[in-house]
Amino acid sequence: MGVKLLLEKAHVEGIRTYEVYRREGGYRAVEKALKTMGPDAVVEEVKKSGLRGRGGAGFPAGMKWSFIAKPEGVPRHLVCNADESEPGTFKDRYLMEFLPHLLIEGLIVSSFALGSNATYIYIRGEYAWIPDILEQAIAEAKANGWLGKNILGTGFDLEIYVQRGAGAYICGEETALIESLEGKRGNPRIKPPFPAIKGVWERPTVVNNVETLAAVVPIINMGGDEYAKIGVGKSTGTKLISACGNINKPGVYEIDMTISVEEFIYSDEYCGGIANGKRLKACIPGGSSVPILPANLLLKTAKGETRYMNYESLSDGGFATGSMMGSGGFIVLDEDQSVVRNTYTLARFYRHESCGQCSPCREGTGWMEKLLKRLLEGKGKITDIDLLWDIQRKIEGNTICPLGDAAAWPIAAAIRHFRDEFEWYVTNPEESQRRNYGLAHYADPREVVA
Amino acid sequence: MIRFSDDKMAKVQEIIARYPEGKQKSALLPLLHLAQETFGGWLDVPVMDYVAELLQIDPIEVYEVATFYSMYNLKPVGKYMFEVCHTGPCMISGADNIVAYITEKLGIKPGETTADGLFTLKTAECLGACGYAPMMQLGKHYREHLTKEKVDAIIDECRRNAAANN
Repeated sequence: MGVKLLLEKAHVEGIRTYEVYRREGGYRAVEKALKTMGPDAVVEEVKKSGLRGRGGAGFPAGMKWSFIAKPEGVPRHLVCNADESEPGTFKDRYLMEFLPHLLIEGLIVSSFALGSNATYIYIRGEYAWIPDILEQAIAEAKANGWLGKNILGTGFDLEIYVQRGAGAYICGEETALIESLEGKRGNPRIKPPFPAIKGVWERPTVVNNVETLAAVVPIINMGGDEYAKIGVGKSTGTKLISACGNINKPGVYEIDMTISVEEFIYSDEYCGGIANGKRLKACIPGGSSVPILPANLLLKTAKGETRYMNYESLSDGGFATGSMMGSGGFIVLDEDQSVVRNTYTLARFYRHESCGQCSPCREGTGWMEKLLKRLLEGKGKITDIDLLWDIQRKIEGNTICPLGDAAAWPIAAAIRHFRDEFEWYVTNPEESQRRNYGLAHYADPREVVA
Repeated sequence: MIRFSDDKMAKVQEIIARYPEGKQKSALLPLLHLAQETFGGWLDVPVMDYVAELLQIDPIEVYEVATFYSMYNLKPVGKYMFEVCHTGPCMISGADNIVAYITEKLGIKPGETTADGLFTLKTAECLGACGYAPMMQLGKHYREHLTKEKVDAIIDECRRNAAANN
């Protein structure tokens, strides 16, 4: 069993209630931070912990905090990004649904560190039942003196509010989220200025993912140095992975980042192997935006070394032969799945979710969807594959926000690693409508060895 | 007459109070949710104009937001809306079969509403339930691990509830 810092108490009966959470040691981090540490000391511990943003970008959280501007007399805000919408990702939902007080505790400590007296949780609108759970936890925390005025007699005031989005993937991008919180369309802002200087209502703002803010609780409890001892290299602490697709045990798992990808997929402690006795074909290891990898490059790097479930190892080889940790949305495809079909559904997703502000993304995502649909229906031409490649390259890096890159990368990786499958749809238009391409030479290297 | 009840007006005031003085426009998304729930499940123009009036903003500021977000319905929908996720992970797990089954069973394609106004079928992009696929949103909640039998049971449940409320 690996170390569990976030989900350790997830199965304690009644942990959703204040009484049980408190009895199990909850709110100790608030006591420690507010009574024995100053705000700067909390920031320092988070820096020492090496905690990286758990939303997808992996930026060091402590460093992000240290950028917040502190102009005299201007309020600052912490905003919790609970807009979880990256296909394959459902970990924040799990945390909020089952351990709401862990998030609230993390928010109190983090708000104290940043000097936020009004903190907002922006949650995707479709998670419509979760605001009730969070608001219940907030009310309980407030009734017990952890929120409101003069918390623990320290003079620190804090209110936490929950705001629902209304169906827009783009609002997971921090500046689009801020626009949305201001009651506007979710069009990302041009940076600079960064939110740390001018965020919500032009005030200094830090936007952090749910899991990042929850992780602040164990960091304060155990100390940043101890937290940093868990994991490997710059992948410190634990990470929540939401696993889905063709596996025996889909769900949310907390891993310390020293386990191999092979162990994660095949061990009974985690995914429990490929479902229905099928073989592994491919995997998108970090949410739909990150490059898909064929089985051979997933389990071993191009150098033939074991690939591990951490930031460095998953990106080993760059985009040529590696992928990314991303949001931890781990999507597994078995031998019966079509990479072309999967890529098409993702292209459709990004077309649907493009905010329409930048031409390369607004137009390009639509063209990519149409080309992939044509290929999928057996009506494509070989030149369509090159055209797809060309379009994705012209989107990448040419948009205000990373949605353009996120739309381009999955298509680039699918063509890079599975070009023969795309060609097969062109050269076998009729057969491709009746059966899937299968494994070709992407088979699991473990079988090749056997 | 489009007006929130006194109870709902108290809720409106509570929501507006979450934001700094003069930043009441921030309450727009929550108020549109509340308005949609209250006034028949969709946002007709007079409803949006009423929300604009409540927030002291121009109607266009409401229209541009209502048209941006996929959860706001700009035309009437059935009493029960089945929003079936069909993005990658759900597709892998058989979402297309679920959509096809609902179409067969209710005689409506995605985007359509049954003649009795009871059901609307929609496809949705990733709803964050990838590990519990295939799934759909029905009102406030998710229905997960869908099978044909479960779809049958859900349709029956909706029909029973509708009959009980009439």
